[in-house]
Amino acid sequence: MQVIVCLKQILDPEMPSGSFHLDPNRKRAVPPPGTPPVLSPFDENALEAALRLKDGQGAKVIAVSLGDKLARAVVKKPLSAGADELVLLEDPEWEDLDHFASARVLAAAIRKIGEFDLILTGRQAADWDAGLVGSALAEELGLGCVTLARKIEVVKDKVRVERVAPDGYEVVEALRPCVVTVDSELGELRQITMPGIFAAKKKPIQEWKPADLKLASPAPARCELVDLYLPKRETVCEIIGGESPEEAALKLADKLLEKCPA
Amino acid sequence: MAKKIKVLAIGELAGNQLSPGTRELLGGGRDLADSLGARVGIVLLSESAGKTGAEAIAYGADEVYQAEAAFLKNYQPEVYLQVLEKIVKKVGPEILLLAQTATGRDLAPRLACRLKTALAPDCVALAIDPDSGLLRMTRPVYGGRALAVLVCKTRPQMATVRFRALKSREPDPSRPGEIKPVTPELDQSKIKSKFIEKVVEEVKGVPLENARVVACGGRGMGGAEAYALLEELAQFWGGAVGATRPACDSGWVSSARQIGLTGKIVSPNLYLAVALSGSSQHMAGCGNSKMIVAINKDPEANIFSFANYGVVGDYRRILPPLIERLKQVRKGPKD
Ligand SMILES: Cc1cc2nc3c(=O)[nH]c(=O)nc-3n(C[C@H](O)[C@H](O)[C@H](O)COP(=O)(O)OP(=O)(O)OC[C@H]3O[C@@H](n4cnc5c(N)ncnc54)[C@H](O)[C@@H]3O)c2cc1C
Ligand SMILES: Nc1ncnc2c1ncn2[C@@H]1O[C@H](COP(=O)(O)O)[C@@H](O)[C@H]1O
Repeated sequence: MQVIVCLKQILDPEMPSGSFHLDPNRKRAVPPPGTPPVLSPFDENALEAALRLKDGQGAKVIAVSLGDKLARAVVKKPLSAGADELVLLEDPEWEDLDHFASARVLAAAIRKIGEFDLILTGRQAADWDAGLVGSALAEELGLGCVTLARKIEVVKDKVRVERVAPDGYEVVEALRPCVVTVDSELGELRQITMPGIFAAKKKPIQEWKPADLKLASPAPARCELVDLYLPKRETVCEIIGGESPEEAALKLADKLLEKCPA
Repeated sequence: MAKKIKVLAIGELAGNQLSPGTRELLGGGRDLADSLGARVGIVLLSESAGKTGAEAIAYGADEVYQAEAAFLKNYQPEVYLQVLEKIVKKVGPEILLLAQTATGRDLAPRLACRLKTALAPDCVALAIDPDSGLLRMTRPVYGGRALAVLVCKTRPQMATVRFRALKSREPDPSRPGEIKPVTPELDQSKIKSKFIEKVVEEVKGVPLENARVVACGGRGMGGAEAYALLEELAQFWGGAVGATRPACDSGWVSSARQIGLTGKIVSPNLYLAVALSGSSQHMAGCGNSKMIVAINKDPEANIFSFANYGVVGDYRRILPPLIERLKQVRKGPKD
């Protein structure tokens, strides 16, 4: 079995709010100095799903990352965690692609890889929080797609997925190959170990350019970003204090009773 | 000549009624269509539509494309996609709206691909640009730290809309409108995935989305037991208990109680934020609450920049006397 996992390098989504700044001209967030990029957290969940399939029933896991200026320390993490191969799609032309263009390039790379039973992505990349590329990839490749997986099993010619629902979960079966997008409920990526890091040094890395994929220049984005700004917040917090926590608690109780009676 | 359908919504049913999000789409869609001088249509797929067509008209639709079939009973993406693609192409709207629900977020990206258009997911505001007549779609990005405004160059201009971003209108049963039955066709050979079963995990208490008061506990609660305090607190108002993602991921609280970007979206009158830091991803789910009250031991915590009232301190010393006092008051007048 061969499993492809798509992982995107992004700004650290959990950076402190004071470090987050926008470049109004480029309409992009500015990478804060000293805060390295990370793999999008849901993509790490997707990698974990792939590694569990590898542990459980044996699978070759291929990680794919697309972008420009990919930090090797970041994008090689899947190899250290247990993936078998890495495909890097790195080119200035591939910087800041829109979701549909990203799906097109990833689909071309996946066709070039050729053989696969399952493609995993995160439920959404934690920069633009869109959740489009997995579905668009399925449409590009003419495959079925199951979103928001919390558990994935391969049973004969089918992939059986528990997908997160607002009030529980659904069980869905898709013919393989198919695309599955993964939710954080699946579980966090395993710890990276020293032996894992050493083993990664010997694993193959392919680097492909637009010419390798025989792709024409990306189509212009279908959506135009006309504005990007920080939301204004006018709330001023009234701190309720007291000589002791108990006293503050009683004052808070009075405030709540006044503002929001039962 | 009759005005054209320029705004089309894809509706969802909740039992034998329109879902609340669908009513909001109709309210918001109505505003957009009015500023374009156009009509609003809605597509309803179901096993049996009942009175939902008439309900959609009362909430603002001019035309209802109503497809009924046994195979539409449970949402199945490939089945719904086939039926919707045909209807949307036939109607040819300028604007296509879905709700950012479990169904909408699954369906919309693939529908956008099939229509060869883009999609602005999870929008919090929609408006027609008075100069260009184009739809300005505003959506939170970077975990809610920033807002992006998008304009789509392809048609239809397509968005999914976050719950509570648009306003439903008061239903008007006397509104005129037309129900147009559509016969759905299905090419079974193209179906690659199959719905097997739905497992509902019972969550006791008031549903989060409807609660007037939500008491939410974060990682600082330290464990599952501490949530009993929040239950007691919420009970005073008949409210509900929520949690941040780390609290759900640690298994202290059912993930059905998670509030935030990837959890539930709530907008209660009172949001009690206890031992949570106020990350942008969490605030995406509760930032629209009418009043936020924070209890946190760190005076620098981000939550204080969202809160109207705050207490700096250890919740373990603040909640018990607070709950005690509320209980006394509850007893007071009755004795
Ligand atoms: C793509 C993405 C999506 C996400 N989606 C969500 C989501 O939907 N919902 C969500 O909640 N998070 C989400 N997160 C996670 C989010 O970024 C934060 O990590 C999370 O919200 C932090 O939870 P917390 O505030 O409970 O924990 P922390 O940030 O660790 O904060 C704990 C707080 O408790 C305080 N505290 C500790 N002990 C006490 C005490 N005894 N008394 C009083 N105060 C105390 C501390 O001062 C601290 O401020 C998402 C993250 C990403 C990247
Ligand atoms: N540039 C990229 N490289 C690798 N994977 C990507 C890239 N962009 C998106 N993906 C995958 O698609 C998922 C959804 O992305 P998005 O539609 O941008 O939210 C992500 O979680 C990734 O798994």
